Amino acid sequence: MLTYVLKRVLQSALVLLVVGLVAFSMFQFVGDPIDNMLGQERTDADIARLRTELGLDQPFPVQYYKFLENAVQGDFGVSYRQGRPVAEILVERAPATLELAAVSGFLAISIGIGLGVLTAIRKDGFLANAIMSLSLIGVSLPTFLIGILLIYLFSVELGWLPAFGRGDVVHIGWWSTGLLTGSGLKAIILPAITLGLYQMTLIMRLVRSEMLEVLRQDYVRFARARGLKDRTVNFRHALKNTLVPVITVTGLQLGSIIAFAIITETVFQWPGVGLLFINAVQFVDIPVMAAYLMLISVMFVGINLIVDLLYFAIDPRLRTDGKGAH
Amino acid sequence: MSDQSSTAPQSRLAKALDSDFVYSFRRSPVAVVSFIVVMLLVLSAVFAPLIAPHDPFDPGSLDLMNGFTAPMAPNDFTGDVFWLGTDDQGRDVFSTILYGMRVSLFVGLAAVSFAMVLGITLGLVAGYVGGWVETLIMRAADVQLTFPSILVAMLIFGIAKGVIPIQHHDQMAIWVLIIAIGLSDWVQFARVVRGATLVEKDKEYVQAARMMGRGRGIIMLRHILPNVLSPVLVIATISLALAIIAEATLSFLGVGAPPTQPSLGTLIRIGQDFLFSGEWWIILFPSATLLALALSVNLLGDWLRDALNPRLQ
Amino acid sequence: MTETLLDIEDLSVHFPTRRKLFVAVNKANLAVEPGEIHGLVGESGAGKSTIGAAVMGLLERPGHIAEGTVSFKGEHINGRDADGMRALRGAKISMIFQDPLTSLNPLLTVGQQLVETIQFHLKLSDADSKKRAIELLDRVGIPMPDERINQYPHQFSGGMRQRVVIALALCSEPDVIIADEPTTALDVSIQAQILELIKELARERQTGVVLITHDMGVIADTTDKVTVMYQGEVVESGTTEQVLGAPAHEYTKSLIAAVPRPTLKVHRFPQLSYGGRQIAFHIDDLARNWDRPEPTKSGTLLKVDGLTKTFLQSGSLIPSRRKYFTAVDKVSFDIREGEVFGIVGESGSGKSTVARMIATLYQTNGGKIFFDEDEITQLKTAKDLESYRRQIQMIFQDPFSSLNPRMRVDEIIAEPVKHHKLLEGDAIQHRVDELLERVGLGSEAGRKYPHEFSGGQRQRISIARALATQPRFLICDEPTSALDVSIQAQILNILKDLQEHLGLTMLFISHDLPVVRQMCDRVGVMRQGQMVEVADTETLFASPKEAYTRELLSLMPKLEGLSTEGLEDEIV
Repeated sequence: MLTYVLKRVLQSALVLLVVGLVAFSMFQFVGDPIDNMLGQERTDADIARLRTELGLDQPFPVQYYKFLENAVQGDFGVSYRQGRPVAEILVERAPATLELAAVSGFLAISIGIGLGVLTAIRKDGFLANAIMSLSLIGVSLPTFLIGILLIYLFSVELGWLPAFGRGDVVHIGWWSTGLLTGSGLKAIILPAITLGLYQMTLIMRLVRSEMLEVLRQDYVRFARARGLKDRTVNFRHALKNTLVPVITVTGLQLGSIIAFAIITETVFQWPGVGLLFINAVQFVDIPVMAAYLMLISVMFVGINLIVDLLYFAIDPRLRTDGKGAH
Repeated sequence: MSDQSSTAPQSRLAKALDSDFVYSFRRSPVAVVSFIVVMLLVLSAVFAPLIAPHDPFDPGSLDLMNGFTAPMAPNDFTGDVFWLGTDDQGRDVFSTILYGMRVSLFVGLAAVSFAMVLGITLGLVAGYVGGWVETLIMRAADVQLTFPSILVAMLIFGIAKGVIPIQHHDQMAIWVLIIAIGLSDWVQFARVVRGATLVEKDKEYVQAARMMGRGRGIIMLRHILPNVLSPVLVIATISLALAIIAEATLSFLGVGAPPTQPSLGTLIRIGQDFLFSGEWWIILFPSATLLALALSVNLLGDWLRDALNPRLQ
Repeated sequence: MTETLLDIEDLSVHFPTRRKLFVAVNKANLAVEPGEIHGLVGESGAGKSTIGAAVMGLLERPGHIAEGTVSFKGEHINGRDADGMRALRGAKISMIFQDPLTSLNPLLTVGQQLVETIQFHLKLSDADSKKRAIELLDRVGIPMPDERINQYPHQFSGGMRQRVVIALALCSEPDVIIADEPTTALDVSIQAQILELIKELARERQTGVVLITHDMGVIADTTDKVTVMYQGEVVESGTTEQVLGAPAHEYTKSLIAAVPRPTLKVHRFPQLSYGGRQIAFHIDDLARNWDRPEPTKSGTLLKVDGLTKTFLQSGSLIPSRRKYFTAVDKVSFDIREGEVFGIVGESGSGKSTVARMIATLYQTNGGKIFFDEDEITQLKTAKDLESYRRQIQMIFQDPFSSLNPRMRVDEIIAEPVKHHKLLEGDAIQHRVDELLERVGLGSEAGRKYPHEFSGGQRQRISIARALATQPRFLICDEPTSALDVSIQAQILNILKDLQEHLGLTMLFISHDLPVVRQMCDRVGVMRQGQMVEVADTETLFASPKEAYTRELLSLMPKLEGLSTEGLEDEIV
């Protein structure tokens, strides 16, 4: 058990190191930081001084170590475009994205699993078929189109919900939340649906196919042959086994919600880190890109770690380390 | 129950047409319709220069007076009629869609082909060779999988933008898109091919070939590859829909196809500005085309998965 | 007069498919009395498992009962709705599945699965249900049931799991148990224990058991009555003694004649007279064009000395912490030119690993292999091994995976010829056509793909491929264990022909002692990676030296009650 967790943590650390290397390489090979920091009027002496100051004259591994050291302390340098420390900008923007991701993630998982189970159990029912057909449209509709469609309907035509922004926010310490004000709650509905819909269809389709697979297994047939109620067979025997593979993918999906937030935030002008990132890409603002990359990867690694531990809780085969057999 | 297939000799074509695969295709109206839609869209994209009533990129044929003409209604000034209306610069929306679809399809197909070749190669090698080669490839895949494809594509795009001199940006944009989407998509192919390879490599026909002294390359290409391709076909189809959507998304976000070479996504981005001022057609028709394309490819992929899944037969 | 528990009358099960209506079961009749074990025997496609599924209401769509009735204690039970079915299913009629590895839910402890079933059927309290569950585990012979009840299925071995499955089937105190190939996935020693348990339970609880199997040995040792099925129809039914000892129907006769006997050796299995599944094999034509190599001087073709193979069990970065598992431990034996040398053993004994090392599929971790005086284990490059590889060929166990499904049959057979550059141009196709003719498939078979052939036909294709390079040495790794008994008889006859007429030397790996007795001149017995005993076949069967060999032989079904009709002329 302990070795398993330790192994996972080590692997996660390795992933972070690799991502850090990618982020660091962006500094190294994309654009020249000196160019970015000094204006047109510069002397060779200036350049040399700045080089030493930034440590650019040091060997690559030393620079990488410095970069990591700073990153761990939350220092990602200064945004080329805004001229403010990247960490400061991120802290300011993160709550908006995290709230959006949490709400839509919750929607996606709860509705996705529910509908997936429903469509698997009533495989040939009318409702299940209708849901499955609709879900294909859901997968085929790009997120940004869903957003535009919702804005057109609920903001432009009906005028019920705001088309952009976060509404009023309340500050609790450094965290700003829109979930405590009426306008904030109204503002999050459309973006959350837009962001969650695609993940929801994916989770639903996955749950359905995994569950159909499990329902074909011998132990499910044996459970039926023992006369157990359909409900017991479907939920006690089949659903739990379905969840084992579903958890991994769902974990990954949750991670990608944060990334897909880029699109939603652009459509709804949602003031989160996604909007920040897309602007950074357009203006090649490397420190912001690198910091965003690191932030996202920390989150993914965290989610993956939780997923692994969940696995552990659900699947007894992992817990026993292979002993006890025979 | 007779396994003796002693029927009269059939031609290859007749045999293929009689196969369960073709049968299940013909029996599925959804598959047939989506296949026809895909073919129709692909053909009209390929022959866009012949079909399109206007060349939207020839400034000579444009008349700014024709701007914002509604569909099927004569323009107030020139009296010209456009099926699907015109945009702000007087470009025929129908023609821009045809040309835009060319870009979307080209990027999608090229990106999927790139991802497929890369993924199959790495998956086959990882599965068959095993050892540290496998560990290396699959760890790389794991790391990449933790990053959603759209993010990877954006990063690659951002990096390319920094590396490539600014005057080449528009020119290179399409290729950067292809590489960005392709690189973000190889993992699925690699994982599936590796999984299938692990199953196949323990089968006795592979052992028979090894016993003969066949080299690794021959065994991988001649024996294993043909047997792992059917899941690849399914993924390729679904990936094509995803790649088209990804391209549209990137272009919509302004990090994809340049305005000089607009794809469907670029058109929607442009049209979005006019949605609220009442010129709905500029965004509606490209969006509908994109949806039709992605949906029919997805439906085809969905059918293909069921048809090729031996357990469901 | 006891009441008939389960009475199946004129049952037909239909599976409509695209091309035709497939009649899986046609007007079958079967009656089971209390305390009786009723065997349902037949080859694949006979419809025996379909009957079990039909009784349980577990037919997979589009299959359905087209006509006939299934009655339980005089009451019709087919045609009931789902709830009515459930009242009987599990409660009065239980089922045991074939594979104990997949029959149990991996995420629930065996206790949870038992308690849930007991509570549902007997409406007991939690504590009483658990008590009952422990009693049941104890009854089916699981040691320390009060501890093991909290364990998960993966913590049980295959045989123990099948006991748990039986305990689950007993939860509701059923009157009838349908056991579908309950021991097929198990080793012979465990198989005997499970069958003994089923016998005891039937006697003690007066439960009626339908035992579905393809194995005549199981039928002979376990059942009171037997029903024989062929292609969906019941061809014969009666007491086991009568059906096996004096079969009336032609199919039963030919089926019984094809069963390898542990107690007598036949020269060739009799040609089957029923069903028209016999295919010719033209050994004489083959022998005429066969180039026989110079015989070895010593008379020994293959010599294995101290052969060892270890597998990594759990890896670690630190070499000293790695755990290894010794699959083959210093095994030595000789194979004389022209003989068939058998290796028998249970699963995990290392017998297949030995074959794979000789076939160059596995590297050795110690020991030497000599072939015609050359030390093979010293050859490293593919080029050095070329000549050896041409002279040895292998016939695999699973005819469905031993042929590449995406290659045409003629390409499959031509591959070794081309690889070893034995022939060129048209001569290759000529050789392929000739081989296909000789193995009885006809040259037009070359234009087809493997999936167009049955298991027996595929095994013939494998044989044609193996013969394509005119080898001296043939490795047969369980070549018939995936085949029906009538097909097995044909393939064994072919192998005997190859030895006799072409002078081929063979290594014959099998877990099936009666088959080994029919095929081998000498036998080695393996257990847990070690060679326990090597002896002439007849000596080994008559007077085994080692205790383990004696144990193996004692577990083997004796099949003494089987009719010897049709074998008279062949007994050696």
